[in-house]
Order: sequence, then structure tokens, then C-alpha cells
Amino acid sequence: MDRERKQLLMMIMAEEFTAVEFNLYLDTHPDDRKALDDYNQTVKRLAELKQQYEKKYGPLTNFGYVPSEYPWRWVEEPWPWEINFA
Amino acid sequence: MWIYEKKLEYPIKVCSTNPKLAKVIITQYGGPDGELAASLRYLTQRYTMPTGRSKAVLNDIGTEELAHMEIVASLVYNLIKDATVEQIKAVGLDGYFADHDRALYFVNGSGVPWVASYIQSKGDPITDLHEDMAAEQKARSTYEYLIQLSDDPGVTETLRWLREREVVHYQRFGETLEHLYDHYGKNHYFIMER
Repeated sequence: MDRERKQLLMMIMAEEFTAVEFNLYLDTHPDDRKALDDYNQTVKRLAELKQQYEKKYGPLTNFGYVPSEYPWRWVEEPWPWEINFA
Repeated sequence: MWIYEKKLEYPIKVCSTNPKLAKVIITQYGGPDGELAASLRYLTQRYTMPTGRSKAVLNDIGTEELAHMEIVASLVYNLIKDATVEQIKAVGLDGYFADHDRALYFVNGSGVPWVASYIQSKGDPITDLHEDMAAEQKARSTYEYLIQLSDDPGVTETLRWLREREVVHYQRFGETLEHLYDHYGKNHYFIMER
């Protein structure tokens, strides 16, 4: 996997981790408006990055979340456990 | 319903083949305080949680633990995939090799397979939350021992991140426990009621 792709994937990981962290925090603090605003901003940035990635490298999710080019790109390697960031 | 994402939650960095490290890290895959136990525990307990918040916390942390299981599996896979049979024998993984080659299987650091009795689901939300908080602390301790055992700086970095997640989950479960005490209108006395 080339450097550019790894870099974009890392950015997606960072944004999505931020979203997960806000999500769990909001589960126990549902009235925190500031955290909710930050969560919604993160969602927006994450969606943009994912769109950018999927356009180039194929879908990150399946089951109807993202359309695919021909041929069905979901089966393309590498799978996540095959990507070493060392 | 779950949707799979073709990415890890956190990147893995494995510097070199290291079956000795794989042998101990696998305990966080299939051991008593590992990520399989964690995810199944929370996802099973969520059904009998009494409030929207407590259901959400169990559901979401249970889901994150599935992602952690995948990270641990990826570490083990990359540490062992290129190991020679000689290396595998040298670190005492020959018994594992006989049963599983270099494939992933749910065992602890001593090769004992996963059992459902590692987890509990009592139907009493207060009881379950206490188990969950204890589980997070046990997993944190395990990651601290694994960090001491790790001689791969890349792997150590991921182990440190996984350890931090246990700390955050413990905090969220603690907040959920407080929320349940409020929900039941109980005083916060740490004694058994008759």
C-alpha cells in the first residue's frame, strides 16, 4: 500500500476515533451541547475524508452503505489486518 | 445489525517476526480478560439494561471491543505469520502449531481455550456494571504486563493505546453506575440491602 493511501487512511482513523470517543462521552453526558457540536463537526470531516478515500480506493463499508464501481471492489486486498504501519 | 468497516480502529506497527510476543499477546484475544470476553460480556448484558443510556453504553463499548479484538488479532497475525517452524518450536508454540498452524484461535497465554464462564450476565444492572468495571481494570493490568513483556516498540505503542481505552471505558461504566443509582433512587451506600 502506497504512502499516500496510508496517510489518508490514518486521517480517517484519527477522525473516526475522535467520533467514537465523543460518542461514548455523549452516552453518559447527553446534555453536553459543546461536546455534541464537536461530535457533529467530526462527523462532517469524517464523511468528507471517507468520500475522498472511497472514490480512489473502493468502499470502506458494504451492505448498502456505499455504491461500487465495476467490478465489485469490496473483494480487493489488502484487508485491514494486512496493513502494517511500521 | 453491525456494519463492517474495512479499516482498523487504530493502526498496528509490527517491526519484526516475533512468535514469542505473539504467544503472550494472544491472551487479549481469547483469554479471561481479553477482548472477545469483553465484547461478548457487554453485548449480552445490554438486553437487560433498564435505561436508554445504559443500553447505549453497553452496546457501544461492546462494539468498540470487537474492533479491539480485531487489532489484537492483527498484532498476533503479523507477529507469527512469517515465523519458521524452528522459531515456533523455540518459543514453545509447537503445541499451538499442531492444532492451528499460524492461524488465530481463542486461547489465553498458556494455550487454554476461551470459555463462556469467563463472563457473567446476571440480569441485575448494578451487579453487571460492577463486573464491567472490574473487567476493564483487569484488562488494563493485562496490557501493563504485556507492555513490560514487549520488545517491539511498534507493538508497544498499540498496546499503550489499548490500555488507555480500558481507562476510558472504566470511566464511562462508572458514570453509568452512578446514573443507575439515580435511576433507582438509591442512596450511594456501599452496603448490601436486605
